[in-house]
Amino acid sequence: MNIRSVSPTAWIGMTGIAIAVIAAAFAPWLAPYGENEVVGAPWEAASHAFPLGLDNLGRDLLSRMIYGARMTLFVSFCATVLSFSLGVVLSFVAAVTRGVVDMGLSRLNDLMMSIPTLIFALIVLAALPQNLAVLIGVMAVLDSTRVFRLGRALAGDIAVMDFVEAARLRGEKTLWIVFREILPNAMTPLVAEFGLRLAFAVLFISTLSFLGLGIQPPTADWGGMVKDNKDGIIFGISAALVPGAAIAVLTISINLVVDWLLNRTSSLKGGRGG
Amino acid sequence: MTENQRVTSAPGKAPAPGLLAVFRARFPMGSRIAERILLGICLLFASSVLIFAGIEILPGDFAETYLGQSATPQAIANLSAKFGLDQPLVTRYFDWLFNVLHGDFGHSWASGQSVSAQIADRLGNSLLLAGAAAIIAVPLAVGLGLLAVLYRDRLVDRLINLLSLAAVSLPEFFVAYLLIMVFVVQNPVTAFPATVYDSMSLLEKLQTIILPVATLVLVVIAHMMRMTRAAIINVMASAYMETAELKGIGALRAIVKHAAPNALAPIINVVALNLAYLIVGVVVVEVVFVYPGMGQYMVDAVTVRDLPVVQGCGLVFAAIYILLNMTADILSILANPRLRHPR
Amino acid sequence: MAELRKPDETPLLEVRNLKIGAMAYPPGERPHPIEIVKGVSFTLESGKVLGLIGESGAGKSTIGLSPLAYGRGGVTITGGEVLLDGVDILKLGKAGTRAIRGARVCYVSQSAAASFNPAHKLGDQVIEATLRHGLMSRSEARARAIELFGILGLPEPETFGERYPHQVSGGQLQRAMTAMALCSRPELIIFDEPTTALDVTTQIDVLAAIKTAILKTGTAALYITHDLSVVAQVADDIMVLRNGETVEYGSVEKIIENPDADYTRELVNVRAIRNEEAGDQSGRVLEMKNISASYGTTPVLFDVSLHVPKGQTLAIVGESGSGKSTLARVATGLLPPTAGSVRFDGQELTPALKNRSREQLRKLQLIYQMADTAMNPRQTVGAIIGRVVTFYDGLRGSARRNRVNELLEQIEMGSGFYDRYPAELSGGQKQRVAIARALAADPELIICDEPTSALDPLVADGILKLLLQLQREKQLSYVFITHDIAIVRAIADSVAVMHQGKLVRFGPKSQALAPPFDDYTDLLLKSVPEMKIGWLEDVLASRRISSAGN
Repeated sequence: MNIRSVSPTAWIGMTGIAIAVIAAAFAPWLAPYGENEVVGAPWEAASHAFPLGLDNLGRDLLSRMIYGARMTLFVSFCATVLSFSLGVVLSFVAAVTRGVVDMGLSRLNDLMMSIPTLIFALIVLAALPQNLAVLIGVMAVLDSTRVFRLGRALAGDIAVMDFVEAARLRGEKTLWIVFREILPNAMTPLVAEFGLRLAFAVLFISTLSFLGLGIQPPTADWGGMVKDNKDGIIFGISAALVPGAAIAVLTISINLVVDWLLNRTSSLKGGRGG
Repeated sequence: MTENQRVTSAPGKAPAPGLLAVFRARFPMGSRIAERILLGICLLFASSVLIFAGIEILPGDFAETYLGQSATPQAIANLSAKFGLDQPLVTRYFDWLFNVLHGDFGHSWASGQSVSAQIADRLGNSLLLAGAAAIIAVPLAVGLGLLAVLYRDRLVDRLINLLSLAAVSLPEFFVAYLLIMVFVVQNPVTAFPATVYDSMSLLEKLQTIILPVATLVLVVIAHMMRMTRAAIINVMASAYMETAELKGIGALRAIVKHAAPNALAPIINVVALNLAYLIVGVVVVEVVFVYPGMGQYMVDAVTVRDLPVVQGCGLVFAAIYILLNMTADILSILANPRLRHPR
Repeated sequence: MAELRKPDETPLLEVRNLKIGAMAYPPGERPHPIEIVKGVSFTLESGKVLGLIGESGAGKSTIGLSPLAYGRGGVTITGGEVLLDGVDILKLGKAGTRAIRGARVCYVSQSAAASFNPAHKLGDQVIEATLRHGLMSRSEARARAIELFGILGLPEPETFGERYPHQVSGGQLQRAMTAMALCSRPELIIFDEPTTALDVTTQIDVLAAIKTAILKTGTAALYITHDLSVVAQVADDIMVLRNGETVEYGSVEKIIENPDADYTRELVNVRAIRNEEAGDQSGRVLEMKNISASYGTTPVLFDVSLHVPKGQTLAIVGESGSGKSTLARVATGLLPPTAGSVRFDGQELTPALKNRSREQLRKLQLIYQMADTAMNPRQTVGAIIGRVVTFYDGLRGSARRNRVNELLEQIEMGSGFYDRYPAELSGGQKQRVAIARALAADPELIICDEPTSALDPLVADGILKLLLQLQREKQLSYVFITHDIAIVRAIADSVAVMHQGKLVRFGPKSQALAPPFDDYTDLLLKSVPEMKIGWLEDVLASRRISSAGN
């Protein structure tokens, strides 16, 4: 990869992601106040001491934003990694083994996708106990259906290529074929998809928290902070907009990088005449 | 989009000859539509199983949740009997399905009210919201998509592309609160919350829901426009568009006569897919604007674990979603000249 | 109909010092402009046919599109003049060029199947340009189209236009596109490889139809192709192109019978390889007995029995859909047959691939038609060949590297290619690497599935020579699958002719390709264009059956 080939919009995106990651990683050192430390009156206006003002309980908004980055990023990253591993492994297994396994997995996937993700999540969360592991698990399983669909299509296209057949004719084992022949050729679209899924996971966990079904208070996360401060909006207090904007900036940043990645692959393809 | 969903099978594999194959060959369009409808019904049935089982199999004792931690075992047993929770799972499912098919979703555990009556009340409100958003968003998105194609790779296209990329990334509630901040708090042009009553006239209702509709339009339009643009560009790259150009056909006629009939199917697909997305977008927007629709009803029920309500709403949402996807597929089957004029 | 002109008047088309450029986007480099056509000039009189010939990358299609003032895929005309009746069409502007396209100059593409709009009837598309340019009334245009359908030998000319593109065959579409080009009575038609994508037996019919139509309507034509023997049948003059430059330009007689340039001479003498048939064909390396096979429930092979003589070449020839590639899939175990047996070196092979031993797999190697897709684009040449060496012989480290370099020498490429990726190789080089990969297993038999049909004629010749040389050095046996009788004549020891899943002819080359012929073999043999003027007329006069898929 060539540094100069990175587009300006991709640079903006990478910067946005970097800021969020740094905030999450060094939250206890960066945050001026504690996560749940009440330092003043509810919705106190921004001042020198509190650059973003205080929230509905009088906690420092900036500090909670920094701690919130931690939670939001952690949950969405875990869910995406999990959903990706699940989706990619199952879809590749389906594509390579074909037959009954493929049929079963693909039909089950179609069925899961026939119910909107958010609705499905609401149904399952109504029944399951509320904790972080359950939340990440539910998000991962639901999201893996999208990864499965892409992975199955990608691997299916690659698995019928002559070079995969050549490997089978040589007598290579299934694992070799999956990891040495198919996976390297599916890597770029998968990396781009990882970005898309991550952006979606950030939006999804934020939405769930906003609906009161995600991360439970008093732990700070961006979606939940919107919920905490939403009643202030009508009084002209913009505390709820700050975490909302942070979510938007993070997802836009991720999408900018993904967009660049996808464009880069398509032009690469064009350059290779295929 | 549907093409992508279809998994590739082994090359050159032909379907089994037989009565079905003969029927398919004689009536390619009719048989495909029939197959798609059948698939829709199967999916609906399967999703009802999934929704029911999703709640009933998962751990968590509902009677205990309902009565609280301090409930006596006797009280829990009584409650289980009252809600029929002591029956075997399969029996309970078929009872539930039988009732649902007769329009009875049972009674809310929290309020004791009929779930069907509540859904009937609120479904109309939600459809009004989604419908109003669709009427504005669809022509706008398709128009913008066309515009982006006409000015492809020029400033207008890049600008539309960048803005839509941003819009795709915005959470619904953020857009909603931003609109409230601007149009309710700073410039009071409309009211909040956007609560509608049965006694209101349609016009009054529409005035009330301006902001939630605007939110939905903003959220859905970007995605729809990007997909429309991609679909049209795909068609414009076809060899037959080059043929039209080399025949000296003008740009406008080439688009109307040669591109449009082929772009129709993918655009219909894009629209239907995004309408399905609208159904979900409704949930968040309703909560923000305290709008008495299905979404808010369902979210409230999830919070208090009011399972009959959750199941009922879930099934209705899934049914609409499946129906929309089915309509999209059927419309694109109808728009396919290869199927319309079989060999 | 174009009127005949006296030679001293302005020629219909005069191209002067044409230069065409494009942007190149090589992987890992900055985009930069390149010149595709470097100053080409020619003239074309009314009613005459000029053949543009060259290998891929010669710029022939790009030049061919210049009388339409059109550059495909970001290509732009950077210099020179294109005079149509003395007027430079490059200076006409948008409306001016549009008035010419489809009215005075028309285009027939290689793939009519993609060039027709699937949403409209063929008839409407054929007359569309004529109507839009206001050249005829609708009923006149209809009558004209029906007349042309008749001239081009399309079935039921009266109602042919009522059909949709997907309802007719590829050969018929190619004729319909010719009718579309002729409909407006243009002065010039550009044929861009109009028969290349068709089966051999169909190609001749379409070629004959095009020739008849050109003669009857008196239009002038630019005929673009990579096949000199095809263009020799239809053209008056020929221009040989290479890398965007003119190599030789003259009458057909001159180019075919007395070429000046070495490159032209090579093109004329292509397929001049002659491999004498081996006298003793008693050894048998592969034997297939009573093979039947099907995809799903569709039967594709019916009771095929044949064998491959040891150390020699069996050529299996047939058109697409004849089952020749399926036979290879059965032999390799990719498709277990529904009946019959496969024996290798006298030992019966299990039908399914997964039950065969590594030693059995090693002895039978496969080379694919598309070298592009046959190699993992993410692996270097060294890794592609090296894996085989490691897999079968357990060689690692420098032993592996040495063995790969030795193989690279054998395919006349050398160790400099060890770290290259397939995308960096030319078509011929890729196919050579594929051959090296097969050799790396040290096989007894290599099945070659149309390994040269995607290559330019001279490159293909190089591959064939290499294969023959390797056969002599290593006593390899080949099964060579092809649709090209000329290749069969060149390299085979024994020949199998396949048609619709059945073996119609099998035996030593001298017997299989000698009369008396069955009808299908006769048709196939007479469908291969020869480098001879007037061949098309002779062959059409002597044909017994017509091809099926036209």
